[in-house]
Amino acid sequence: MSLSIADVQKVAHLARLAMNNAEIEAAKSQLSGIFELIEEMQSVDTKGIEPMSHAQDLSQRLREDKVTETDQRGLFQSIAPQVESGLYLVPQVIE
Amino acid sequence: MTWETIIGLEVHTQLSTCSKIFSGAPTEYGAEPNTQADAVSIALPGVLPVLNKGAVERAIRFGLAIGAHIAPRSVFARKNYFYPDLPKGYQISQFDLPVVGMGALKIQVEPLSGSSNGPGKTYEKVVRITRAHLEEDAGKSVHGASQGMTGVDLNRAGTPLLEIVSEPDMRSAAEAVAYAKALHTLVRWIGISDGNMQEGSFRCDVNVSVRHKGEPLGTRREIKNLNSFKFMQQAIDYEVQWQIDTIESGGKIQQATVLFNPDTGETRAMRSKEEAHDYRYFPDPDLLPLDISEEWKEQMRATLPELPEARHTRYMDQYTLTAYDASMLTSSRDMADFFDTCVSVAGPANAKLAANWIIGEVSAQLNRDGLEITQCPVSPLQLSSMLIRIADNTISNSGAKEVFRTLWSEGGDADVIIEAKGLRQVSDTGAIEALVDGIIAANADKVAEYRAGKDKLFGFFVGLAMKASKGKANPGQLNEVLQKKLAG
Repeated sequence: MSLSIADVQKVAHLARLAMNNAEIEAAKSQLSGIFELIEEMQSVDTKGIEPMSHAQDLSQRLREDKVTETDQRGLFQSIAPQVESGLYLVPQVIE
Repeated sequence: MTWETIIGLEVHTQLSTCSKIFSGAPTEYGAEPNTQADAVSIALPGVLPVLNKGAVERAIRFGLAIGAHIAPRSVFARKNYFYPDLPKGYQISQFDLPVVGMGALKIQVEPLSGSSNGPGKTYEKVVRITRAHLEEDAGKSVHGASQGMTGVDLNRAGTPLLEIVSEPDMRSAAEAVAYAKALHTLVRWIGISDGNMQEGSFRCDVNVSVRHKGEPLGTRREIKNLNSFKFMQQAIDYEVQWQIDTIESGGKIQQATVLFNPDTGETRAMRSKEEAHDYRYFPDPDLLPLDISEEWKEQMRATLPELPEARHTRYMDQYTLTAYDASMLTSSRDMADFFDTCVSVAGPANAKLAANWIIGEVSAQLNRDGLEITQCPVSPLQLSSMLIRIADNTISNSGAKEVFRTLWSEGGDADVIIEAKGLRQVSDTGAIEALVDGIIAANADKVAEYRAGKDKLFGFFVGLAMKASKGKANPGQLNEVLQKKLAG
């Protein structure tokens, strides 16, 4: 399977990546290469093998439902570009 | 041709954990902006999510309560989209392997007043629940917080949610509301959510489509974020009519997300984002699969209380209550517990009497004073001792109302109030007969008229007798004696 320019543009848009034509061309061939690898893997017979959702065959550890964190708003907001009345400010988003 | 409405619901219910789903930040409602947003909530680089056991326990309890399959292994996935109140750029959710699989909820559908397609009579229906999955909530955007800027409060980010998805099994606004209410009752009943709709702990998205009966499903539109049952009914009614009108006038329904405006009573499409549904889900590499052992599941099962559906059935079978009474009493666990305590004190024979009082007088007074049943000034014990006195004919119904008013405002004990206020009714047949004899003797003309066929006069004699007894004559006995004596 090989990707089209339009495919790459769509993925770039979804990922909010600004790419020029040369970059899109380069990404297209790199991504196509990855798809070739995937195709190669598809040829392996995996019948009867349960798919894994994680590379490690372990199960999730859980934490007790306890509050362990204290308010560090001042510290966190000291590196924010803009804050007001405790809110992080971002350019206006219109619904 | 008749139109058929098809409705499915997605409900986001906030789980009542004290800490967030992937971090130890508090989840309390109403805190100062961003004071409950820790490094994980605001997605600082390098942080890792650690799953909250309490959230998983609540999901298991829910799954068991709807008779669903609990996945022995489920997987967390990233749902990718950009919005300022989602600082990671993705929401951790579950996709193809949710924790709770197919289950079902039995609902009692009541007709809705003013609903275009509400049925006429209460009936039972089973709604299938496709799945329920764990996910984190996003933060809140505050529009117009500052000139040309949007404010972001991330206190809510990372709050655990259980998203409960139904099959498109509902056929009217009445059924959708009945399902939402039953679900709302259930999540509070099993203690997994406070269900507070004003605070957003129970938010409903409603998928609506219409079709001609027997035809394939029509295109649906999704009404987002309904946080009251009344708005849900209004929104569905409006949306259904809009879709029918659109199709009948030659138009086509476009799949869309719409918002309900309570001020105008209308639904309107949100600006559609062409890639809105391109979420590119994939398993979150920061989280391992969630394993739920048979043993853990059984532990959770042991903690479940008797469920609303089971109690509903029990009330009808054991106490021969009507479906309506049973529904009212099981509208919350506190209400049902109140009733059960009354019955355990007053006896099963007085169950119907207890139900009448709780659904009637008690609920009315609670409503009037804006109280919950748990705050009822009259305890089940106090109410029961009064019910016993009604049942054994010590007091009449009107006497009981006075006892109840006193219990409500001053407290105390029913028996003491009955004596202090002289409410004990006269049930001594001899005394009632003497009283009736006196009245008959003093009203010979009216008696003659009555015996000549003027039946309406019976009420007149009852009134006289009641007055003569200062309202204390047992009404049943009085009627009996009067009838006998007047017959001559």
